[in-house]
Amino acid sequence: MTDKEYWKANIRLLIILLSIWLMIWFGFGIILSDFLDQFSIGGFKLGFWFAQQGSIYGFVILIFVYVFAMNRIEKKLKDNKEDKN
Amino acid sequence: MSAQALTYLFVGLSFMLYISIAIWSRAESTNDFYVAGKGVNPVANGMATAADWMSASSFISMAGLISFLGKDGAVYLMGWTGGYVLLALLLAPYLRKFGQYTVPDFIGTRYYSKTARLVAVLCLIFISFTYVAGQMRGVGIVFSRFLEVEINIGVIIGMIVVFFYAVLGGMKGITYTQVAQYCVMIFAYLVPAIFISILITGNPVPQLGFGDTLVNSSTYLLDKLDQLSIDLGFNAYTESTKSNIDIFCITAALMFGTAGLPHVIVRFFTVPKVSDARKSAGYALICIAILYTTAPAVAAFSRVNFIESIQEKSYLDSPDWFKNWENIGLIAWKDKNEDGLINYSVGKAFEEGRPDFLGSRGSQGEREIKNPITKDNDNEVYIDQDIMVLANPEIAKLPAWVMALVAAGGLAAALSTAAGLLLVISSSISHDLLKKTFMPKINEKQELFYARCSAAIAIFIAGLFGIYPPGFVAQVVAFAFGLAASTIFPAIFLGIFFKRLNKEGAIFGMLGGLLFTSSYIIFFKFISPELNNPENWLFGISPEGIGFLGMFVNFMMAVFVSALTAKPPIEVEQMVDKIRLP
Repeated sequence: MTDKEYWKANIRLLIILLSIWLMIWFGFGIILSDFLDQFSIGGFKLGFWFAQQGSIYGFVILIFVYVFAMNRIEKKLKDNKEDKN
Repeated sequence: MSAQALTYLFVGLSFMLYISIAIWSRAESTNDFYVAGKGVNPVANGMATAADWMSASSFISMAGLISFLGKDGAVYLMGWTGGYVLLALLLAPYLRKFGQYTVPDFIGTRYYSKTARLVAVLCLIFISFTYVAGQMRGVGIVFSRFLEVEINIGVIIGMIVVFFYAVLGGMKGITYTQVAQYCVMIFAYLVPAIFISILITGNPVPQLGFGDTLVNSSTYLLDKLDQLSIDLGFNAYTESTKSNIDIFCITAALMFGTAGLPHVIVRFFTVPKVSDARKSAGYALICIAILYTTAPAVAAFSRVNFIESIQEKSYLDSPDWFKNWENIGLIAWKDKNEDGLINYSVGKAFEEGRPDFLGSRGSQGEREIKNPITKDNDNEVYIDQDIMVLANPEIAKLPAWVMALVAAGGLAAALSTAAGLLLVISSSISHDLLKKTFMPKINEKQELFYARCSAAIAIFIAGLFGIYPPGFVAQVVAFAFGLAASTIFPAIFLGIFFKRLNKEGAIFGMLGGLLFTSSYIIFFKFISPELNNPENWLFGISPEGIGFLGMFVNFMMAVFVSALTAKPPIEVEQMVDKIRLP
């Protein structure tokens, strides 16, 4: 993987993850929240749960997915440089 | 042992711990002082970032705020956690790769301009002092209620402790004290939450407990809370009342603002590697999420407890905490219908916000107030939402040591954030203003000396804010986030992802964002507060959410002005290429 490909892969990953990020808080937490409220888990209405709990768990998972994916991309870049040497 | 003796013990022990850590981790070079020698373990940095970020307002005020806002409180929960995703994905790794000391350092170097650096220093100092003022109020409240010392003495004690570890230890001292403060704070937050969750629902996990049924009943807690709220004339607790566009903008402004706060960003300069910066942001968010997912549970529990323990009780038989907080001035009661009972319902009990006490006592022994009484509602109770977390253990009748723990936790939250803010203020003065702008000839030893001096002066000014609190603190918090979102975040983000951006673009962008956001907030908060309602807002966006629009003003100005002026020099483009690689 060249430096250029590395940056492209990085941007692609960012676009995917940030779309999910937007879906989590704007989608489930705000716009769809009232709709989701008709379902419930335990004593939580689903929309309320997303707004006050689920979104936060979602953010934590997103960052770790990013850490994992970036480490893989970084490894490809490093392997490639070592091959050249 | 009495509650007060226990509180003295807990607070004293925690202060001793912080000072010992400070002595153990003294800073010996500017590298130590500014970025802790870049040798902080990512997990430790995650905990330190969490303590740095979670301020007196997260610890003391947030659950109270949610408890009165209901579902709309999610704005703060999502806004103050979602920003970490932006920080991890868009800023932290690249800034760590850049490898310098401060946020203005990046802006000054990337835009090859002293003017850009100075504009960044200006924004940074304004944002950070705004924030410090809030911390000092937190320290004052805890000291006056739990230790019964004068607020002023409390503030001075707090200042001495911060002085000790910030001036001696710099970033190194602050980092390790913050790790300890995180542990104190999270323990102090969880213990009462777990107790109350067990008492109310029988479930020991507060995050699950507030979606559970009440003890010995098949009614869900949240259903009961909805019913109680409706009975008192409020909206149902689990329903939203604000417009979607405003909620969206406020949440977004808080997120981009969080990602642009200098004292948070600079924490990611302290880890050894780029990959550590990413990981560290993840650990920081876990540490934060533990408190932030507990807060809405605490909010719901305390709301139920609060309503049930005072509603239609006679004032004479009202619980001790009600009178204690009335004596501090954060609760007031006016018997409007003269039945001797406390009637709590929707609406303001009296005009003019805070109670203005006359100094005399009424027929029931309540403190009398000067404020004119409102006639359009039956509510008789004024309650400052800041007390919900602090009063919660008392309301739920938990043992005295839990209250002592909460006091120590509140102080840990306030002091850790204050120290982080003071450090970015002092390093922007000694490093960016002196070394890099006005006194380039000073050597490292002198720079370290100036760093310590400016930390001491910053602490002194922060102390003054605590003793003479400016009345506008609550109004200016929106300011801090709005400015961070509309100046610092875009400048760094574009600096990394948009290579063509030159110094003219960046400076005009920051100034444009600054002017737009601050004039909107100043207009609605200070010049014409009577116009501050949705009909007059631009696109229905409140001053709290305007920073998000300010960010786009910044983007547009920056890109437009850049397109009309010369390309940045080749060295800068090479630098950007370099920071993009791990």
